[in-house]
Amino acid sequence: MFPRLLYESFRRQKRRKLLAAIAITLGVAIATAMIAVATDIGDKINRELRSYGANLLVTPQEDTIDVEIGGVNLKPPSDGNFLSETDLPKIKGTFWRHNILGFSPMLPVSVPVSATGRSQDVTLLGTYFAKNLIFGKDHFTTGVLNTHSWWRVDGSWPADSSEDVLVGEHVARKLQLGVGEKVAIAGQLRTVAGILSTGGAEDDQIVAPLHVAQAILGKPDAVRRVYVSALTKPEDALARRDPKTMSGELWDRWYCSPYVQSIAYQLQEAIPHSHAEQIRQVAQNEGTVLSRIKGLMLLITLAALFASALAVSAAMATAIFERRREVGLMKALGAGNFAVAALFFAESALLALLGGGTGFLAGAWLAHRIGRSIFDSNISIQPILFPVIMAIAVIVTFAGSAAAIRRAVQFDPVFALRGDA
Amino acid sequence: MSGASQASQSIAARRGAAPHTSMFLRMLVRAAVLRRGRAASALLAMVVAAAVATAMMNLYVDVQAKLRKEFRSYGANVIVVGRNGASLPSDALTKAEALLGGRAVTVPFAYVVARTAAGQSVVVSGTDFERVQKLDRWWSVSAWPSGPHEALVGMRAVPVVSPDGKPFDLSFQGHTIHVSIAGTLQTGAAEDSRLYLPMTDFVAWSGVQPSTIEIGVNGTSDDVNAAVSGLAEALPSAEVRPVRQIVEGEARVLGKTRATLYAAAILIVLTAALCVLATLTGWVFDRRRDFAIMKALGASERLVCGFFAAEAAALGVVGAILGFVIGIGIAAWIGRVNFNAPVVPRFSVLPVVLAGSVAVALLSAIVPMSLLRRVQPAIILKGE
Repeated sequence: MFPRLLYESFRRQKRRKLLAAIAITLGVAIATAMIAVATDIGDKINRELRSYGANLLVTPQEDTIDVEIGGVNLKPPSDGNFLSETDLPKIKGTFWRHNILGFSPMLPVSVPVSATGRSQDVTLLGTYFAKNLIFGKDHFTTGVLNTHSWWRVDGSWPADSSEDVLVGEHVARKLQLGVGEKVAIAGQLRTVAGILSTGGAEDDQIVAPLHVAQAILGKPDAVRRVYVSALTKPEDALARRDPKTMSGELWDRWYCSPYVQSIAYQLQEAIPHSHAEQIRQVAQNEGTVLSRIKGLMLLITLAALFASALAVSAAMATAIFERRREVGLMKALGAGNFAVAALFFAESALLALLGGGTGFLAGAWLAHRIGRSIFDSNISIQPILFPVIMAIAVIVTFAGSAAAIRRAVQFDPVFALRGDA
Repeated sequence: MSGASQASQSIAARRGAAPHTSMFLRMLVRAAVLRRGRAASALLAMVVAAAVATAMMNLYVDVQAKLRKEFRSYGANVIVVGRNGASLPSDALTKAEALLGGRAVTVPFAYVVARTAAGQSVVVSGTDFERVQKLDRWWSVSAWPSGPHEALVGMRAVPVVSPDGKPFDLSFQGHTIHVSIAGTLQTGAAEDSRLYLPMTDFVAWSGVQPSTIEIGVNGTSDDVNAAVSGLAEALPSAEVRPVRQIVEGEARVLGKTRATLYAAAILIVLTAALCVLATLTGWVFDRRRDFAIMKALGASERLVCGFFAAEAAALGVVGAILGFVIGIGIAAWIGRVNFNAPVVPRFSVLPVVLAGSVAVALLSAIVPMSLLRRVQPAIILKGE
């Protein structure tokens, strides 16, 4: 009898059931989409924050101090120590290699430059643009295109194997250089592949493939410093502690968390005779911005969950309220309170499961769309979310129905049938 | 008997004394009072939707301003330098300050390469420490200099100038200054190799005026651009440029956050509106008996439709106002929890929420009514 009642209830009241199911579907869809976005937004914004540039700087361990004003280093170029270029791919061998989005080696040298009859001493910066490197079986591309996303080039980026150069816009203006023209750098003619604009010190420099700078300096394999861009976890109390004072277990936890400090430590391990330091301007502020945005999305998700729970409750309450006459009839025919309540709860559960299932799919699709259109990447939906969402849907639907069901059951059948409720 | 006549008398008296309200209004009020339960659940849905819409609209506007403030901790977004490394005119700082007013933090820097007693070259900078603390909040400093002849020394410069932490001499073009170390500085960038002195000491010692002003301009990218062009006009001898690394990074992160917030706002408001639509449609449809009775008693179609529309509109208005108050509360709570600053209530949102609520309520009344109009009252009253 019970399944038949249930079945007939759904068959005969398609419109009402549909309205309730729509409310649940919408509520669940929004909840799913918001939870998925909120759990993933940290990672997405973290990647966007990388557009601020590198957050780690690797320098030789025993280095003399830089004498640098406005991007011009007055220290003799051959002074101090260097890192070895052949060690660089090892950066991709560290524990958090997947968090390292890119790195750029830098080697500044001072060179006389002449073009169109003018000459000048300019800093030439050797670096990677988009260099293909191999570590073990991994192939990867790295360079300023990854780490210095605000650099703009009028013309084209030189290939890392070429001898072509980029000329900073101020230098280009002074020497009246254009794209495709030749410039004499340290006595050798090079082609200007593009004019570089960065809004920083590089506007007064010439940027060339690393091997060009090494040849001018006469030190193949030499690198002055390496900028590393890594996805990190916001700093907390553990991150700030001195790793030397940590016990074994704590140290493991520190080492295996992607703090900027532990990644710096691992870079030092990977590159011999190096010192890695966080660039505080970038690294320190990331955490605050990230936690603010994450917190915001979390709170909005909470508000959205609460709102959709209330909306579902209201819809369920209305749906049951409409059916007092039915309750009256059932009770007049001898149904007990328990039987009536059981029927309603079974209906609610069925609606919750149907609406919840559809809603989850719709929510997953929505999250996917949001990820695609805003972040150009997928928002992953954890499978664990499905049972959680379904449980929430059933609980909210039950909670929304409970009060209405109790009132419906308590009605005197006589009044209910007369329609005087 | 007397009791009954007394009662009927008192009812007549009450009716006479009652303010003359039109039948229409009385029907509206009685409908809401008599069907409290159902009216309440419809109103609840309405209030929730309006509250969520208000909160999201408030946040959408306010959060951007709040986040911009957070982004200012990245430091200067505009930089003014003398052309070809020359010093800036002596009134450059006051001019820049007068132009930007309280909307920006301006920090002057002057640089020279000095020699230590051992003959090592080191970059010495003069600046205003109070302003630096406001602009460059990421500087990790053990202790800020407070008195004259106290220097802030970069981590990497410490072993060069004074490995034992004692006061030391610096010379520049034959002038010598004797300074003590107030604290050490760590930034992970070029600052680590430098020394910072109070500006007055620096100028008295080296005679070099500031060559750089770093400026943190508050506000949108338009404000920053306006500041750049304003400064360029006021200081023709200097080069003014935005710090692209900071400006573009901020624009990007803010843009993505805004887009996410926007998508979330649209989703939430839409869902809330649809839930209201579903609830209210059911509610109106369920009152088909009232509809039929009114028509059977001779009410014109226009009157009945007007009655239901007025009822829905009233629900929309009440729901919108209650929801607005609650929504402002939610927005303020989110602001307090997440940004430690309340979100300012925006009353400009109220008309939008009000209009939206009434529109949704009317829309949800129209659908069932157009269905009901086609049906004979007798059929409805029979209970089919």
